[in-house]
Amino acid sequence: MKFKDYYATLGVERGATEAEIKKAYRRLAHKYHPDVSKEKDAEARFKEVAEAYATLKDAEKRAAYDQLGRHRPGEEFRPPPGWGTQFGDAGSVFEDVDLADLFAGIAGHRGRGGQRGPSGAMRGADYEARVSITLEEAFHGTEVSLDLTTTEFDEHGAPRRVPRSVKARIPKGVADGQVLRLPGQGGKGARGGRDGDVYLAVSLRPHRLYRVSDHDLFLDLPVTPWEAALGATVKIPTLAGSVNLKVPAGTRAGHHLRLAGRGLPTPHGGAGDLHAIVQLTMPSELSARERSLLQELAAASSFNPRQHLE
Amino acid sequence: MTTDRGEAFGFDEERPLALSDLADLSGLSEAEVLELVDYGALSPADATAGQCVFTVRSVTVARAAHRLREDFELAPDGVALLLSCLDRIRDLEEQLRALRARLPRSAGTGAAGVGG
Repeated sequence: MKFKDYYATLGVERGATEAEIKKAYRRLAHKYHPDVSKEKDAEARFKEVAEAYATLKDAEKRAAYDQLGRHRPGEEFRPPPGWGTQFGDAGSVFEDVDLADLFAGIAGHRGRGGQRGPSGAMRGADYEARVSITLEEAFHGTEVSLDLTTTEFDEHGAPRRVPRSVKARIPKGVADGQVLRLPGQGGKGARGGRDGDVYLAVSLRPHRLYRVSDHDLFLDLPVTPWEAALGATVKIPTLAGSVNLKVPAGTRAGHHLRLAGRGLPTPHGGAGDLHAIVQLTMPSELSARERSLLQELAAASSFNPRQHLE
Repeated sequence: MTTDRGEAFGFDEERPLALSDLADLSGLSEAEVLELVDYGALSPADATAGQCVFTVRSVTVARAAHRLREDFELAPDGVALLLSCLDRIRDLEEQLRALRARLPRSAGTGAAGVGG
């Protein structure tokens, strides 16, 4: 079992008072709580902080932790003889056990998510995971593989870490930031309690062509000035393959040309739209013929787009 | 290592959800759910005498309420206030994302020459 320095995690001395521990926890929770933080690795940091606080805020657990002695963080160690029997039902088998599991077993607590029902049935713990998928995967639906380490308890209540792999089928049309539920894929229930769930937060990776807003997609569409002026039919990519788009004569820069139903699918049938945003683009170099024709146009045209500025 | 397979479901449906199921899925007690309803943090789909019916959309809000209550050791009114602020932030972020999506990727200001 690897040692974790809970005092260092909270940034307090080993002799810190209860009030000092609470204050340190709250300061770090404000900084790293995944619901309010934008810090990098906030979720992982908050897990460490919450685990440390769950043990140090409880006098019995803190006493049990202090009796483990001082070790370097990450150092392999074993609790002193008799430690397991002294502290409740924490068990005496320390193989495949995380430090947090030992303290979750003390004082009848099961940590985040596990709940005890009126008949003593224990619902399995819920787990939260994040997954990042491509727009193409969101469009077609996909399967992702999640590696979880769940905590299970034997008939004596001793905890055991169980590595598990869960293949999750993600339905098509998932939106950026959406949370999905995988029923029964969390921690195992005990004494007739139902298994916990996995909650999967899905984010969409940035795409080289499309920007996403809800189920709508936005694409920059480069168009030549003469295509914009005269009208044209251009081929554009969609997530379902290329389609021909009619650029009407007289199209201006910044115009949105909407392709209804060519965005991301929505959960109940239907789909968002694809918006092609027109960008007038000039050749980086003009041929002599192009220059000559443009000069002829400049001489022939009386159009003044800046009339309102005069 | 064991491998399991599961189908992931969204919470964006209008499917009705009983108070007891919402409590079970969120980790809140039924009394806590009803207290959050009183503070306006949760809205029942159909509140009739003696029974509250929600939609599955409420699950994500109720789970966030449970996390915030546990992790910040907040009273229900504090949870409701924080949820309301987070909801406004999410709404503003969504508006920002929608506006950015509408801007051409190359949008920006080029250097302008000044003629005489």
